[in-house]
Amino acid sequence: MQKVFEKPDLLLKTEHSLCPGCGEPVALRIILELIQELGLRDRTICVAGIGCYTAFPMIMDVDVMQALHGRAPSVATGVKRVRPDAFVFTMQGDGDMISEGLQEVIHSAARGEKFTAIVFNNAVFGETGGHMTAATVLGQHTKTTVGGRDRERHGNPIKISELLAQLDGAAYVARAAVHTPSGIKLTKQYLHDAFRAQLEGKGFSLVEILTMCPTDWFVTPDQGPAFLEEKLKPIYPLGVIKSL
Amino acid sequence: MEGSAAMAEAAVRAGCRFYAGYPITPSTEILEYMSTRMPQVGGVCMNAESEIEAIGMVWGAAGCGVRAMTASTGQGISLMQESFAELANAQIPVVTVNMCRGQGDYFQSTRGGGHGDYRFIVLAPSSAQEAADLAQLAFDLADKWRNPVMIMGDFLLSHTSEIVEFHETVAQRSADKSWAITGARGRRGITLSPLGPSEKLSTDIATTLAHAIDKHAAIKAEEVRVDTGYLDDAELVVVAFGFPGRFVKYAVMLARERGLRVGYVRPITLWPFPTQAVAAAAERAQAVAVFELNAGQMIEDVQLAVLGRAPVHAIGGISHDHSGFGVGPLLNVEYILKRIEEVYPKKGSRVQGNLGL
Repeated sequence: MQKVFEKPDLLLKTEHSLCPGCGEPVALRIILELIQELGLRDRTICVAGIGCYTAFPMIMDVDVMQALHGRAPSVATGVKRVRPDAFVFTMQGDGDMISEGLQEVIHSAARGEKFTAIVFNNAVFGETGGHMTAATVLGQHTKTTVGGRDRERHGNPIKISELLAQLDGAAYVARAAVHTPSGIKLTKQYLHDAFRAQLEGKGFSLVEILTMCPTDWFVTPDQGPAFLEEKLKPIYPLGVIKSL
Repeated sequence: MEGSAAMAEAAVRAGCRFYAGYPITPSTEILEYMSTRMPQVGGVCMNAESEIEAIGMVWGAAGCGVRAMTASTGQGISLMQESFAELANAQIPVVTVNMCRGQGDYFQSTRGGGHGDYRFIVLAPSSAQEAADLAQLAFDLADKWRNPVMIMGDFLLSHTSEIVEFHETVAQRSADKSWAITGARGRRGITLSPLGPSEKLSTDIATTLAHAIDKHAAIKAEEVRVDTGYLDDAELVVVAFGFPGRFVKYAVMLARERGLRVGYVRPITLWPFPTQAVAAAAERAQAVAVFELNAGQMIEDVQLAVLGRAPVHAIGGISHDHSGFGVGPLLNVEYILKRIEEVYPKKGSRVQGNLGL
């Protein structure tokens, strides 16, 4: 029988501790596949933020520096500046990057730090159990926006990719989603292009990946992709936003 | 050269190759010096956009095994506390200078404002020369113990120009950095984290944290540094640290000239605190006095060391000039001398068992 699919070697375990229907393990698998395919393992340094995906470093066969909530871009700056030959990427959620650490990612992008920032955007604080982040869309129900996020009461969501793309230091910015097979394929393409931008020394690169969080969207796992398609995608359109 | 520049240059000579800082009086001169000096030695200086970002950058560089440093003032150090606590748990050696306004940040330096069970080794120089020596030592201690080290200075230390001689350190660059994040060439990937062990698929967080904390006892046993004088026949022992500790030494000398049997203890390490030296001095003396430019912070460590052997008097106090940056009017040898005379034990005045609290 011909084997047509297997996990990347860099993924040490196929089991993960995240919820059924979560989009983050899919994103992780793509990232590791790409690092393996590009032969970057030996010089890869991942800087991980705090969120559900904090469970990932222990199953990733690459070097990882665990940062605090919101601080990954600053830590990655220190890493890349002293190890310019390393391939450096950050893993943050929307709560981590867009709520807690917005200042840090903005300054890192403006300085044109040559690492790739990856944000898993599921528009909710997943790990705390479903609370509003700066990326929660209007009308979205969370435990702190019961009845839906309201513009007057809770403010408007931040579109991080569009925000960062306008900065001169940002070389590549794209938004992808992992809720469909074609979306997964495109996510990998965008990550590839972002990695290339880093390796060619062009500047800061960011890939925003919309991921499903059925648990904290209060839907069943099989309804996650449709929720993403209907609620998130209209606010966060997919595509390459900037490519120098 | 000024104390700030002396510390910065000493750091460079100790192999520091990454500096990140945010300007704030009176620590700004270190950032200024590093911004010119670091590129000359192939290092990196980042003018960070906040103190929070500065310590994050230092975290990244130090986690890669590079000697890294930041400096700020109590106010900016407050912003770094989250990272301080976790750097200690992750056992990442960084050096921080806390160039305080006055001495009100003794608790901040020795206790910290971060969460959890952690300690910083804290060094308190009293001159530009000592600042240079301790800045070099700080990097060696940080590497030796895989623990953050803080140097607590003040406005006078930062801005007083003195002659400085730089000594070569022995231990520099020889430290084991096998824990550092380098990329996983030739080995399994590791994780450098305050949250758990570095080995993948391991979840033994309690052991990792316990190990990070176990070393506190060893640091206390091995790393105490203290400067003492005139203790053999001292009736009164004055305890003071940092630049004001130098004023106290001079005041003690003048007191001796006036026939008062006064000695001094100047802690060089604020943590670990020289408990034994203070206890031994208090054993022989009739009274202990503490001169510090704050509302009474180190005096608690002194009281814990004295443990009722002698009364402990506070002879310092809150002292600021109009700028709020400096050390204020109390830092005056005549004033210190007057206070020493006021608390100098009268004949037969010792009360056994007085906790002096």
